[in-house]
Amino acid sequence: MTLPTRLPLLVLLLPFAAFVVLAVVAPLRRAGARAGLLSIAAMSVAFMAALVAWVEGFRGEATWSWIPSDGGPIATVGVLVDPLSNAMLVLVTLVSLLVQVYSLAYLGDEPPASLGRYYTYQSLFAFSMLGLVLSPGFLQMFVFWELVGLCSYLLIGYWYQRPAAARAAVKAFWITKLGDVGFVIGIVLLWSATGTFDFGELFARAQEHALAIDGLGTIMFLIYLGAVGKSAQFPLHVWLPDAMEGPTPVSALIHAATMVTAGVFMVTRAQPLFALVPDVLILIGWVGAFTALLAATMACVESDIKRVLAYSTVSQLGYMMAAAGAGAADAGFLHLLTHGLFKALLFLAAGAVIHAVGTNDIFRMGGLFRAMPQTGIVFIVGTLALAGVPPLAGFFSKEAVLSGVWEAHLTVPFLMLALTVLLTAFYMFRVVFITFFGRAFEAGHPHEAPWLMRGPLWLLAALTVAVGIRLAVGGGEHEAPGWLVPLSLASAFVGFALAWAMYQRGLVDPATFSTALAPFDFLARRRYGIDALYAGLYRALVLGFARLIGWIDRYLVDGVLNVLSALTLRAGAGLRGIQSGRAQDYVYGVAFGVLLLFVWAQLWR
Amino acid sequence: MAVGPLTLPILSVITWLPFVGALLIMFTARHRPRAVRWIAVVTTGISTLLSIYAYATYNHEAAGFQFYEKVPLVPPLGISYELGVDGISLLMVLLTSIIISAGVFASWTVAVRSQEFYALLLALVTGVYGVFASLDLFVLFLFYELAVLPMYLLIGIWGSTGDVRPRGIFAWAYRETGVGTKEYAAMKLTLYLLFGSAFILVGIFALYVSAGAASFSFLELEAAVFPLGLQRWVFLAFYVGFGILAGIWPLHTWSPDGHASAPTAVSMLHAGVLMKLGAYGVVRVGMGLLPEGAADLVWLVGGIACINIVYGALSAMAQTDLKYVIAYSSVSHMGIVMLGAATLTEAGLNGSVFQMFAHGVMTGLFFALVGLVYEKAHSREIGKMGGFGNAMPGIATAFTIGSLSSLGLPATAGFVAELLTFLGTWRSGHRWWLFPAVAGTFLTAIYVLRVAKQIFWGPPSPQFQHLEDARGPEWVALVVLVLVLVLFGMAPGLAIAPVDTATVPLLARIVGP
Repeated sequence: MTLPTRLPLLVLLLPFAAFVVLAVVAPLRRAGARAGLLSIAAMSVAFMAALVAWVEGFRGEATWSWIPSDGGPIATVGVLVDPLSNAMLVLVTLVSLLVQVYSLAYLGDEPPASLGRYYTYQSLFAFSMLGLVLSPGFLQMFVFWELVGLCSYLLIGYWYQRPAAARAAVKAFWITKLGDVGFVIGIVLLWSATGTFDFGELFARAQEHALAIDGLGTIMFLIYLGAVGKSAQFPLHVWLPDAMEGPTPVSALIHAATMVTAGVFMVTRAQPLFALVPDVLILIGWVGAFTALLAATMACVESDIKRVLAYSTVSQLGYMMAAAGAGAADAGFLHLLTHGLFKALLFLAAGAVIHAVGTNDIFRMGGLFRAMPQTGIVFIVGTLALAGVPPLAGFFSKEAVLSGVWEAHLTVPFLMLALTVLLTAFYMFRVVFITFFGRAFEAGHPHEAPWLMRGPLWLLAALTVAVGIRLAVGGGEHEAPGWLVPLSLASAFVGFALAWAMYQRGLVDPATFSTALAPFDFLARRRYGIDALYAGLYRALVLGFARLIGWIDRYLVDGVLNVLSALTLRAGAGLRGIQSGRAQDYVYGVAFGVLLLFVWAQLWR
Repeated sequence: MAVGPLTLPILSVITWLPFVGALLIMFTARHRPRAVRWIAVVTTGISTLLSIYAYATYNHEAAGFQFYEKVPLVPPLGISYELGVDGISLLMVLLTSIIISAGVFASWTVAVRSQEFYALLLALVTGVYGVFASLDLFVLFLFYELAVLPMYLLIGIWGSTGDVRPRGIFAWAYRETGVGTKEYAAMKLTLYLLFGSAFILVGIFALYVSAGAASFSFLELEAAVFPLGLQRWVFLAFYVGFGILAGIWPLHTWSPDGHASAPTAVSMLHAGVLMKLGAYGVVRVGMGLLPEGAADLVWLVGGIACINIVYGALSAMAQTDLKYVIAYSSVSHMGIVMLGAATLTEAGLNGSVFQMFAHGVMTGLFFALVGLVYEKAHSREIGKMGGFGNAMPGIATAFTIGSLSSLGLPATAGFVAELLTFLGTWRSGHRWWLFPAVAGTFLTAIYVLRVAKQIFWGPPSPQFQHLEDARGPEWVALVVLVLVLVLFGMAPGLAIAPVDTATVPLLARIVGP
């Protein structure tokens, strides 16, 4: 153990320590804000340690035996420190820290015991995600992967007494677990074929072309299914919009730094293995691009500000996955990092808006820019970054993704992604114009959020700009085709102009527009029926089959055995007549027996 | 084989102390309910401490049966009182201690005839310890019966009545036998298990005679060589006989009725430990003495186990009575135990034993919780409950942790057990077993979270007023079980290390080194 592994280990263990203290020391947890302060203190130190590890460019690995067996441990746990994990550590700790600070004000009205519970979950969430990032092998990644899923479940269901929140939490768990079924089968198969979960060993063998396993394609496809669930790829994306039932800061955390990024991170981490199976990569690229487009269309018709952002996350995750599928995992990862910054910004800003007006519905907001200009400015910064406007962070990462997909000759996915650029600008500016500029609603008196909330917003906005400028200065190594930047800028501009014309100037009536695209409008508003399909399958297939089996078990399987006992009872009742207690019956019996013996003796002598 | 120095006969003390407690309760604590409880706490507490001590001091390098004791009982027949534990049985002894310690606290509020209740409970525990520690098959069988028979009284007297009505094409049979009552459940459970023990007895005698009628000692029978034909049918007899207690399909239906009707501590012990007795019997006696017979018949054991896993989970999903859900989840989880053993791989067998432990603790926790919920809400109907989380946050938290272990979430013991079993299946001769096993965990996620959501989440149900959280002694039970689940989930080596010393030689005998 040297400093390069010890410091990241500290980053990992600090939130865990906070979690354990909060979970065990009930009085502190019930104290609410003080519990929050403890959690925040732990996160700040973890953030600084992560920053040091990143700046210093630490590398290293340390593992310990976890599940022993006769011939050496089956599974190990440990930390794997490299540039990939360092960058991710910074993002996770930063966003977690800001979200936790922001929550102090946002959830300030909660009962102290609930707030304490919230921070307990937050600490566990950060720990789980950090453990996932530092995983030196598939098994540990899966362990923390599941814990991340658990924390999402707990935090989405934070307001557990609301039926919608309870449903959304369980739905999120089930849908992601469905993907995890693939993941776990994948790693079991991989272990059975190679005898190891360890990334280092697997990658080394992959590089020496010594990883000739039958069905590696199937294995990697199964592992990818886990990412489909976690990173909300089509067709398992349905849980993410519903996850908006959790408190807004939780949404920010889930969408920016934890949970959904886990899938992309895993695919990035396991890139050397995915590179061996080009067919799976192409599939990942197609699914990613399709997800990006599909989610963007749904975002265009959504009126809940958080859900718009949720669909936009699904869409952006599609970009990241498409990049990974095109073999440009670095570009996807870069997009993950920049997206983490501006999506956290957007969610937290949306939270400030919701906090001020008390509704999620954008059509019941309007003209908010005058009441809360600071929130408006940072929201627009986030929007510009998401729409891919230079020199903000999102522009460079999105260009990198697009050029990566183009160079991999994935032409159709490329076109889908390019169209998505247009839609992204459209739906984001739609929200901006309706919320911040349109006619003001006289519902309540919207006001700027307290400093505890605005501070994280400004910091994230500044970082979005700073990282963009940094990329503009230093990131010129991408050999993108010359027409790419004009094309994507033009797409974004068309989207912006459409939104402006429809929602700001009223030049085009949105209603005529949606009638012109009626079939799409119809389908997108109904989420393409995918949610309904799952609900129907669940009710008809799973519950129906369960009821059938339950009936069979009770009335057939158990019934047959019960028939045996009933027959035994009947036989007993029948034979009871013999023991009548009357002497003459017994005499007849004896006589009959003697007769029988006599006959038998005569016949068989 | 290592034979410890003849100091304190630690296994005998562990085994018989609860029985002494039962006698003390019957003869000294009449009409003094507090004394009854304290005698139970102290005697099981000492047994527990001694099991922890034995667990901690077990020599992993030497392996084999340790803490050995032997006293000849009937020398002409070769029957002796012979005790000893290896890694597998040691973990089971520890499990028994954990469950009974929690069970004593969980049944603190039993009001009716608590003296007899505790006495029977403690006598039963002696039987359980005895089975796990015995190395003489004759004595093992006696202990086995001691563990099974008090159940009849415990369920028949202190049980509760469920809501099952005669229906379907065999309704006439149900009308004749009666169904749903505690008396029915007690009788059903006892008859099933006695039916099974008849097979076991025949199997034991067959081995005894075939080996020369000189000894019932496990160690001597292990050294004997039995012909393959005999091995096959005796293994089958042990599989059916012990398997009934482990809830193998289609002979599992005593379990839902029995566990649903039994009082809290009895369900905890029965699902938590007694079902393991069945699985332990199959592994220790069946596979241990009949390696070739076992190797020949694993296709059957594993195949049925797969049915158990999926069928049990689906049946659990269909239930509306909370206790039945938990009882069917045991049927499903015991499938993992049997499947792991059937893989005949190191990982699978370790997973199997680990699952015995994990499921024991988990289902003990579940039944303790269900008992608490029932005690506070006076209902077991899931559909009627709702929003209990607000009034009973502690119970809700413990239930959630139990659920998570049940669906195999990492950092709980359930995950390690299932993972090892999965790893074993793909390396066994029957790869396809992996798929029903994994499907079972997904189905488990569906039904446990659905139940947890229905009971604890959502708006508080107006039907239930004045609900309260767990109190004093009840907390002890919950905290102990939750801690064990999490501890063994985070540090599985605690259990795997000793278990591995026993499973590796066992496997070597079955499939060769």
